[in-house]
Amino acid sequence: MNYSPASALARVFSSFTSMGKKYGVEWWILVAGAAIVLGIVFMAAFPDIFTPFNPYDQAAGPQLAPPGGAHLMGTDNLRRDVWARIVFGSQTILRVSVLAAIISSMIGISMGLLSGFSGGILDRILSLIMDSVYVFPGLILAIAFAAMFGPGVINITLAVSVIYIPTYFRLVRGQTLSIKQELYVEAARAIGASSTTILWEYIFPNVIATTVVVFTLNVADAIMIEAALTYLGLGLPPSVVDWGMDLAMGKKFLPSGQWWLITFPGLMISLLALGFTMLGEGLAEILNPRLLER
Amino acid sequence: MRHLAKYIITRILLTIPMVLILLSIVFLVLRIMPGDPVSSMLGGHAPEKVIEQKKQELGLNEPMAVQYVSYLWQVAHLDLGESMVFKQRVTTAIADKLPATIELTACGMIITLILGVFLGAYAADRRRQVQDSMIRLYGIVIYCIPVYWLGLMLQLIFGIWLDVLPIAGRTGPRVFASTFEQTGFYLIDTLLIRDFAAMKDVMIHLTLPAFTLGLTLSGIFIRLTRANMLDVLKSDYIVAAEARGIRHRRIVYRHALKNAFIPILTMMGLQVALLMAGAILTETTFSWPGMGRLLLERIYLRDYPTIQGVIIVFALIVAGVSLVVDIIYAMIDPRIRY
Repeated sequence: MNYSPASALARVFSSFTSMGKKYGVEWWILVAGAAIVLGIVFMAAFPDIFTPFNPYDQAAGPQLAPPGGAHLMGTDNLRRDVWARIVFGSQTILRVSVLAAIISSMIGISMGLLSGFSGGILDRILSLIMDSVYVFPGLILAIAFAAMFGPGVINITLAVSVIYIPTYFRLVRGQTLSIKQELYVEAARAIGASSTTILWEYIFPNVIATTVVVFTLNVADAIMIEAALTYLGLGLPPSVVDWGMDLAMGKKFLPSGQWWLITFPGLMISLLALGFTMLGEGLAEILNPRLLER
Repeated sequence: MRHLAKYIITRILLTIPMVLILLSIVFLVLRIMPGDPVSSMLGGHAPEKVIEQKKQELGLNEPMAVQYVSYLWQVAHLDLGESMVFKQRVTTAIADKLPATIELTACGMIITLILGVFLGAYAADRRRQVQDSMIRLYGIVIYCIPVYWLGLMLQLIFGIWLDVLPIAGRTGPRVFASTFEQTGFYLIDTLLIRDFAAMKDVMIHLTLPAFTLGLTLSGIFIRLTRANMLDVLKSDYIVAAEARGIRHRRIVYRHALKNAFIPILTMMGLQVALLMAGAILTETTFSWPGMGRLLLERIYLRDYPTIQGVIIVFALIVAGVSLVVDIIYAMIDPRIRY
């Protein structure tokens, strides 16, 4: 059989559709998660369909108007429309969290492959560094990196991506170590395949399938970390529309009872994280039949 | 027991490279970061000469490698140095804030364990029934609610709308912490001097932050407990216990839960990192004077020694808890030998 990343992905998708009915609840978790994610992605892609207001417009309505009427989710202290800020804010959080997950997966997977495959002193050192970072609270590292990079969309993306590299590294390294011992890898070596061929044609396709689930859950976590950083006032300049920053701004009006300023941005962060988590959970169940008995 | 002692010593030695690596990363990050303690302390308009002189005094003009080695030398002597912004030892600043964070995280952890373990065990017992689905749904949803937003919503509901609980600080305005501050753990301090009015005040202030933290992490523990309980409930001795006619509830919550608890305990070590991250965010939301607030304040001020000190303490807490957990694990499970 010919193993390549494309055929591995094709297998994932065919099992995806054919096993759909078999899994019951898990299937619905997956569908619900996908629906939430696609809905918010659609909102981010075509914001103008969803709101007539500009998120920066400081004359969108009266100051601190409660939800209802022309303003679905009310207005803030600067007379901006909260719903418009929610719609446009989805672009920032999606961009940062998905891009951060892509960056950390690329670095983590390649380092894990290299470390597990080559072994020796390189493996020892990389493992020690990765393990140290892995057990440390990710948010604290992200705070330090966000402060170092300064405010900016790319900067916060890098700060968030740093903390997930060890997750991929550990997963891929462990898998590489066990796949390396498999008979088919030994056979490939016997017929004279080079190390590069073995790494990319034999080990990589088998490793990549398991990282799909981790990637989805990683995005969910990155969403909460991104919003946490901006909530703490790190990572983004005030000119960017962002849910976490709106939450921090709304916090000031909590004692005076303007509930809509904190309720809606937080609800959206949770919903988006929930969408990706459900997607990941559903995928995990479907890709791993051993879990079915639970 | 000799094996255990050897194991403990190895584990302690292994935490040294971990702390060193984290410290090195943070040391490097801080020096690359724009801004420095002197400019943030004196403001942007101080004369060049004054800034230079101050930098010289603090050793900031030395090459980075020299600064790094001399800092490591200092840390090796268990000295975290002096703040570059305030006239204050770093150890004093940390000793001042650490008890608040530990009090918060410990109470949060207790709430998490109680909620997580019992709901998880109950869900496993009612596997694939409505209760199971509801609890699992709660577990997933609560996991996805950011801790800071949960805190804000609890503040809104219980602090503003119902107006029954305070939303900020460790004590009310009429309770002076200075009258009872000895250990820094206010629950213990108030108990020591038997000031129960103050203790009640402290508990009331602790309620919302602790529940915020506890609820957020409960989802993970529900999941862990449920998965472990399902494994245990399938084992032979449970079937044997059923056959002997022991009451079902007793089997689930005594026999099975006790055995399912060991893996949960090991996972607890890993969750400490999440607990610490959650504590930082909860402290910000509830104006809780702990380590998280100290870290953030000092990052804005570019106070290098204090930031490094806080990171070391966090790393030691994480390493320490996982060490303790592993030792307990080795002691309660006789099959484990190192």
